[in-house]
Amino acid sequence: MRRVVITGTGMVSPLGCGTEVTWQRILAGQSGARLVTEFEVDDLPAKIACRIPVGDGSDGTFNADQWMEPKEQRKVDPYILYGMAAADMALEDAGWHPQTDEDQIMTGVMIGSGIGGLEGIVEAGYTLRDKGPRRISPFFIPGRLINLVSGQVSIKHKLRGPNHAVVTACSTGAHAIGDAARLIIFGDADVMVAGGAESPVSRIGLAGFAACKALSTQHNDNPEKASRPYDRDRDGFVMGEGAGVVVLEELEHAKARGAKIYAEVVGYGLSGDAYHITAPSEDGDGAFRCMTMALKRAGLSASDIDYINAHGTSTMADTIELGAVERLVGNAASKVSMSSTKSAIGHLLGAAGAVEAIFATLAIRDNIVPPTLNLDNPDVETAIDLVPHQARKRDVNVALSNSFGFGGTNASLVLKRYDA
Amino acid sequence: MSDIAERVKKIVIDHLGVDADKVVEGASFIDDLGADSLDTVELVMAFEEEFGVEIPDDAADSILTVGDAVKFIEKAQA
Repeated sequence: MRRVVITGTGMVSPLGCGTEVTWQRILAGQSGARLVTEFEVDDLPAKIACRIPVGDGSDGTFNADQWMEPKEQRKVDPYILYGMAAADMALEDAGWHPQTDEDQIMTGVMIGSGIGGLEGIVEAGYTLRDKGPRRISPFFIPGRLINLVSGQVSIKHKLRGPNHAVVTACSTGAHAIGDAARLIIFGDADVMVAGGAESPVSRIGLAGFAACKALSTQHNDNPEKASRPYDRDRDGFVMGEGAGVVVLEELEHAKARGAKIYAEVVGYGLSGDAYHITAPSEDGDGAFRCMTMALKRAGLSASDIDYINAHGTSTMADTIELGAVERLVGNAASKVSMSSTKSAIGHLLGAAGAVEAIFATLAIRDNIVPPTLNLDNPDVETAIDLVPHQARKRDVNVALSNSFGFGGTNASLVLKRYDA
Repeated sequence: MSDIAERVKKIVIDHLGVDADKVVEGASFIDDLGADSLDTVELVMAFEEEFGVEIPDDAADSILTVGDAVKFIEKAQA
C-alpha cells in the first residue's frame, strides 16, 4: 500500500500567523482569548473569542495584504483568506511548487470549512432586503462557497488534481486530512494540500452557538480563563478562527525529491453517533469506535499511543471523550498524555482538526506535549496525564488527534514518527 | 475631465486595484485593466449606485471601456 507523509504545514491561528510562532506560544502556555471589541457584544451572552492577531506581519501578526490583493480580499469572507494564507505557507514549507503538467495534475486540494461564509451571507441578506436583488454582488456566491478555498488555492498554485472540500462541522479539518491521504493511497494524487479554514467570529456566529448553549458565558471578565477543558468550572467553548493546512505526500515521492518529512499519517477512523444533532452520545461509543478504527488502520495497539490531542472543547462532552479514551487505552492509561490545545487557541470549528493534527505532528517532531491551560480542578479522576498548565517533555512516537462534530460526526487521525 | 469622468475613474481604481494613470478614456476593462466578466458586472453595479441610474443588461454589455461608461452615464443623466 502507498504510504502518506506530511511534508509541509501552514497555519493562521489566534496565537499568530505561522506554524512555528503558534507552536512556540502554545508551548509557552499563552492564550489567544480576549474580549471582542470589533463589533457590538453588549447584548450577546458570550463576549469573548480567540481572535487572529492582526498587524503589519511582524512578530507573528497576520497581515492580509501579504496573502491576497486588497481588491480580492473584499470579494471573499475571511475563511478563504485564512485558508489561502495557510496553504501558501504549507506549500512553501514543503518546497512544492509544481511546474510540469504531470506534477500539477498529480497535486490536489482538499480544504474544508464547517460553516463557510457566515457573515457575508448575513450582509447580502441586508442588501437584498434594503436595496433589492440588483445590488447582490457577482462575488457574493464565489466568496462564500465552502469549496472556494480549495478552488482559490488550486488557481493560485496551478494544482490540477482532485479538488474537493469537506463539510463536517468541527471534524472538517481531520476528515480533510484523512480523506486526502486516502486519495493519495488510491493513486488519485501524489500530493494533496489538505486542511480546514473558518471565520465564525461575528455577531451571528456568537449568537448562533450561544443559542445552542455551546459557548462559555461565565468568564467574560477573564477571557484567558474561559477555555478550561476537563476543569470542573468549564462552561462551554471559546470560539476561535483561522486555518490549518498540511501538504500530504506519497512517501516515495517525498523521498525522491529529498523533502523534509514531519511524520507519517498511518491511521484514520470515522464514525457516526446517530444520537443527537449537537450532543455526543453519552456512552462515548462513537468516539471509541472511530479511535479504534484509526488504530486498526495503523496496525497499532492502544498501548502504542504516546500523545492524544483531544477534541476537548471545554464543554460537558470533555468527560465523555475522556471516558472513551480510558476504555480504549485500558491498563496503558498511565503512559498516555492527552491535552486540549483548545485551552489556548479556542475552538476553530472546521479548522480545528487540521491545526490540532499539526500540533500532534510537532509533538512527535519535538518530543514535547502541549499543555491543557486552566486545568485547576479536574472534574474527574483519571490515570491519564492531562498535561495541566505546562508543556511536558516526553517521548512521542505515536500521536492520535480526535475531532467530533455537530451531527454526531467523528474523526481520528493517527500520526507516527517516520524513521528513514 | 468632467465630474462624472472623475467619479467613474475613482470607482474603477477602487474596484480593479489598478494605477490611476492606466484608467484612461480608451482603456478596456477586460483587455487593459485586468477585469474578468464578474468584475465588469460589479463595476456596472457600482456605477448604478454612485450615479443613481439604471443600466439594463443589454446596455451593460456594450460598456467595454472607461469612456463607454462615462458616455452612458452622461446620457442617462442628461
